[in-house]
Amino acid sequence: MKNSSRRGFMGKAFGAVAAVGAVGSLYAMKKSWDPLPSVKAAGFTTIDLSDYKIANKMYVEGWRGKPIFVMKFTPEMIKKMEASDNKYKKNDIARNIVVDGEHFMVCIGLCTHLGCIPAYRPDKENFLCACHGGMYDFAGMVTKSPPPRGFDIPPFKVVGKTLVLGEEGPEYKKMLATGVTL
Amino acid sequence: MAHFTKATSIHDWFNQRLGIDTVNRVLATEYWIPKNINFLWAMGMILAVTFGLLLVSGIFLLMYYQPNIHTAFDSVNYTIMQQVDFGWLWRHIHAVSASVIFLIIYIHMFTGIYYGSYKNGREMIWISGMLLFVAFSAEAFSGYMLPWGQMSYWAGMVITNLFSLGGLHLNGLVEWIRGDYIPSQAFLDRFFMLHVLLIPLIIIALIGLHFGALRIPHVNNQDGEEIDFDVESKKYLAGDKANSKVIRFMNDFLSKDMAVVAIYLVFLFYLVFWNFGFAMDPINFDPANGLQTPRDIYPEWYFLWSYEMLRPFSTNFGLMTFAFAQGIMFLLPFLDRSKNAVAASRRGWFQVWFWLLLVDMIALSAMGKMPPSGIWYDIGFTAASLFIALWVALPIITIFEKKA
Repeated sequence: MKNSSRRGFMGKAFGAVAAVGAVGSLYAMKKSWDPLPSVKAAGFTTIDLSDYKIANKMYVEGWRGKPIFVMKFTPEMIKKMEASDNKYKKNDIARNIVVDGEHFMVCIGLCTHLGCIPAYRPDKENFLCACHGGMYDFAGMVTKSPPPRGFDIPPFKVVGKTLVLGEEGPEYKKMLATGVTL
Repeated sequence: MAHFTKATSIHDWFNQRLGIDTVNRVLATEYWIPKNINFLWAMGMILAVTFGLLLVSGIFLLMYYQPNIHTAFDSVNYTIMQQVDFGWLWRHIHAVSASVIFLIIYIHMFTGIYYGSYKNGREMIWISGMLLFVAFSAEAFSGYMLPWGQMSYWAGMVITNLFSLGGLHLNGLVEWIRGDYIPSQAFLDRFFMLHVLLIPLIIIALIGLHFGALRIPHVNNQDGEEIDFDVESKKYLAGDKANSKVIRFMNDFLSKDMAVVAIYLVFLFYLVFWNFGFAMDPINFDPANGLQTPRDIYPEWYFLWSYEMLRPFSTNFGLMTFAFAQGIMFLLPFLDRSKNAVAASRRGWFQVWFWLLLVDMIALSAMGKMPPSGIWYDIGFTAASLFIALWVALPIITIFEKKA
């Protein structure tokens, strides 16, 4: 009995040491898989909105290795977004980034379904994702499933005529709060 | 210390130290296999041989492959394919075997389902086999990343995005898995590690478990006969081989097993030398480009059925049906409420269920490669719904099954 209780204690003592070690090593393993500091530091991009002179033409920029769609809207497009028979009206217009009275779409150009890059069709004024047939209107709102929502808008901060992508400005925070983007 | 005597031969020297006679008896010469089986029982050995081919060809590829996003593509398509003597051979063996091994896995699984070889004590054979299926799927996916072509990149993007779990938006988890915001150097390095070390280790351990799970219940036979292996093996050892229902694993069974393997290898190497194209997607001969999605993204043929379980539905529901498809097969031994471990042809409604499942999975696979619109969408939606309905129906139809 004396022996077995001594063995029991030794077993428990080992268990305690092993548990501490296991928690510690799991933590280290988790942290080792994290993105490196250099990867995180490279996560800011500045774009100048006055560079995008042609409306209804899609420009593709890069941010965190993801494509960023930038498009200036024509006055007709803005009218369509404001029209009362546009069922996406509320969301369409709220997604625009307005600088100096010009309306822009700035969004992450990845299908919100599984991350393919949809193509813009200027003649039809919409986006089509070839992977699973999802569609978006010209403002980036989803019009045909499987994508669950419109294009995500990257965190941005308006500085004069430029945008800093990766930083959260008041306009972006408002979009987050009202559920315009995620 | 055990008592050692002067060895009378090299065999005796080893036998005294390692007990090789005992090992041989336990693992080979007195491991008993029923007589009433057919060529479908050779699939296990075919899988073991194919895994061996993958291991050997993989070792040679590993000597020249470079897990770096700038050099990976050329190390495969230039160095291995054009510079290394017989480099093409290892690559084609590796690619073709990786594809064909899934064909054999599916035959092996459907053989098990058809003959009811997953119940009455054989549950762990089925479960360890399903774990192997999952491990092989992970191995195939991680290996597909390595040439760093367009399909590698975009399959990596799409599959890791699944871990955001749709409406839960776990983007942090996705970035953690990738080690970056998008598939990049960290991503390629860790999938390289998984492909050449961690997952192969897991596979080898699971193969050990799979074989071990077979030891006590023994393999099933095509008549679903319950054989008393103790009685039958005694008959065999006493010399009454004609009346015994069992034979030795080695050499009796193995000689037939390897004959089937030989036919298989002729087929496999025919593909390796003359028809390897099916295992090498043309789109993957374009280097990875994060700013251009290929027009059509589809997985290799062996993932198409589960891909099609995802596609016809909205994101969240699609993820649930996808998860259902991955998980439900593990439960087969418990969802089948009948005790009959005989061929499906003797099991009434189960026979209908079996062929419907097989045809449905082929239909799902075919639709997975079609554009997701029009009639193809409708067929895919129907097949995916039927898949779920079949598994829901299984306990009901088997609970009323009469004893065969």
